[in-house]
Amino acid sequence: MKRWLGGLAAVTLLVGAAACGGNDDESAGSASADSGATLTLWTRAATESISKAYAAAYNASHKNQVQVTAYPNEEYPAKIASAAGAKALPDLFASDVVFAPQYASQGLWLDITDQFQALPVKDKVAPAHVRNGTWQNRNYAVPHTIDMSVMLYNKDLFKKAGLDPEKPPTNLKEFAADARAVDKLGGDINGTYFGGNCGGCNVFTLWPSVWAAGGDVMNAEGTESTINSKEMSDVFALYKQLFDEGVAAPASKDEAGPTWLGALQNGKIGIAPGPSAWLGLIEEKSSFKLGVAPISGPDGGESTFVGGDAIGIGATSKNAKAAWDFLSWTLGDEAQIEVVAKNKGVPVRTDLATNKYSQSDPRVVEINELMAKGKTPYAKNFNATYNDPQSPWVTAFRGALFGPDPKKSLDDGAAALTASLQK
Amino acid sequence: MTMLATRAVEAEAVTPRRRSRRRKQLIGALYAAPTAFVVGLFFLVPLGLVAWMSLHRWPLLGPPSMNVPDNYTALSDDKLLSTALWFTLKYTVLVTVLLFVISFGLALIVQHRFRGVAILRTAFFLPAAVGFASASLLFLGLLSSEIGPFGSKLPSVSSSPTAALSSAVGLVLWRFAGFNMLILLTGLQAIPTEVYEAARLDGASWWQTFRSITLPLMRTTIALVLTLMVSGSLLAFDQFWILTRGGPDNSTTSLVMVIYRKAFIELDLGSAAAVSVLLLVLLLIVSVVQLRVLRRRS
Repeated sequence: MKRWLGGLAAVTLLVGAAACGGNDDESAGSASADSGATLTLWTRAATESISKAYAAAYNASHKNQVQVTAYPNEEYPAKIASAAGAKALPDLFASDVVFAPQYASQGLWLDITDQFQALPVKDKVAPAHVRNGTWQNRNYAVPHTIDMSVMLYNKDLFKKAGLDPEKPPTNLKEFAADARAVDKLGGDINGTYFGGNCGGCNVFTLWPSVWAAGGDVMNAEGTESTINSKEMSDVFALYKQLFDEGVAAPASKDEAGPTWLGALQNGKIGIAPGPSAWLGLIEEKSSFKLGVAPISGPDGGESTFVGGDAIGIGATSKNAKAAWDFLSWTLGDEAQIEVVAKNKGVPVRTDLATNKYSQSDPRVVEINELMAKGKTPYAKNFNATYNDPQSPWVTAFRGALFGPDPKKSLDDGAAALTASLQK
Repeated sequence: MTMLATRAVEAEAVTPRRRSRRRKQLIGALYAAPTAFVVGLFFLVPLGLVAWMSLHRWPLLGPPSMNVPDNYTALSDDKLLSTALWFTLKYTVLVTVLLFVISFGLALIVQHRFRGVAILRTAFFLPAAVGFASASLLFLGLLSSEIGPFGSKLPSVSSSPTAALSSAVGLVLWRFAGFNMLILLTGLQAIPTEVYEAARLDGASWWQTFRSITLPLMRTTIALVLTLMVSGSLLAFDQFWILTRGGPDNSTTSLVMVIYRKAFIELDLGSAAAVSVLLLVLLLIVSVVQLRVLRRRS
């Protein structure tokens, strides 16, 4: 009975957690921006290292002190939601940039329009990210980190398969041919790999091919899905064929995200789209040479998903001025070059794509320059529609990749996605 | 005159008796007060709040607005909800039957004292000492083709709906059979040995003894165990959240996972509250029917 009551109470408390929500926002602020305030900053595990690097550099030169707390990626949105319900948001919190419109629309971040518009560099801050932090023409968040999708390929396997390691594919058909050639090496080596059960992974790696072909997956307002377009259908058809032929590793079908990096690190995959931020992570654990190329469309063109995290000031923060002092500092030259670029990251400022650190690695220059060709999709209900394991997007693309009737899956999927986007 | 006097004496005698009864009631109420307070604060208040929330559009920050009956009417065309409802019911039946048979079997094995019985009882009960979330993670590692000891010899957890469901059921059986065995064992040991001796003298077979003595005398314990199992299964969350993430293709998405998705992914607290109320009603109906059936027979 105890468990019964406990379980019942858990159900009620689960949603009851937000009970204390009221609306008596205080216009927070301390006298001076750098007055020795202790600022709490929350971030997801994927962004932890860069958030901590920003905080360490800022703390060293300021009276304010930023304390970073990281939460597991998948639990992070729930953590933010329950903190908001309890009116206990941190002073600053970052979020996957695609979730930013939802948080902005819910009023979880303070309006920073006036401060942001007063910044001299405001027009050079990654425009797609800034747009995602905007709701009804007001700014709520600024870019924190940038992560873009690129083709990562194993130069050693390319050489073994008789391919030129310095000539990565320039369209998806060449990509498929290269993957097939590597796959022929046999054994436990596979041509390619993808997250066949992971909504976020496929948004990130497949959409750039659609954009490169001149198509799109949604309308500009993020309220109508067009995943049954010719461009998206062609991309799915190509990946489906690679999976059916056994060129894509069989584990791709069940890949929900957690073992994606591991699969690319083990050196047994020829070429696969993935996050640019993994360049360092893959090289540090493996002995093979890694090549980087833009993601292309079926017949050429190139694009990328400009992902990463946006950050804003928690709506219930009492240290808004100090928090803005930190945010404006992170967008400055010093932070972008000495913290971000030095660690092989992509600067969030378009004018800093070429800098003293990027010059040492041509691949980094290539990644940085891709930003101008990429997109960050905008939709208020992004998480529920695309990233969540129960999202209609996962159902639709699994039907398109592994089901008997891809066309029907995409047609039904487009309708379900539109319904979800409009919620 | 005499009658009147007697009545007056009776009345005098009654007043102090009433007073003392009232005092006893007051003391009793005081004893119950702390529990009533805790139950009220942590159970009744949230319960009322959830019902209240389900009638509103309830943003995370900002004032709620009444939208009766939108939260409820929207549930009728929620495909994920109907899939989850159907799956949760199917899972509840499957787990309750299997878990009950195995727990009762284990309890019967270790019912009597014999050499090594203590080791067996401990071994059966031991999984209950592992936290459920930890146990789910253990299974995730055990069944993983990447890091598990079986490698790719076993199908991966999310390779098919059957594989996903069986891994979750396997985990629940391993984790809860010992605990339920313990409850059933206390019930078994409460049956007086004389009853069994009498049956044996009458020449009853093992099956006759089991059917006519053990089962009828165990009815209350069985009712308790079944209620625990059914309500626990209807509220299933951890095992699917950690092990299968509700997949593949939403085939193992439970009702509580739908509540979680509505509350924390869609940030739609009103609809989440509406599903919670629905689940609560379902739990109440199932528990009332179950207890009535089991009690009536006894």
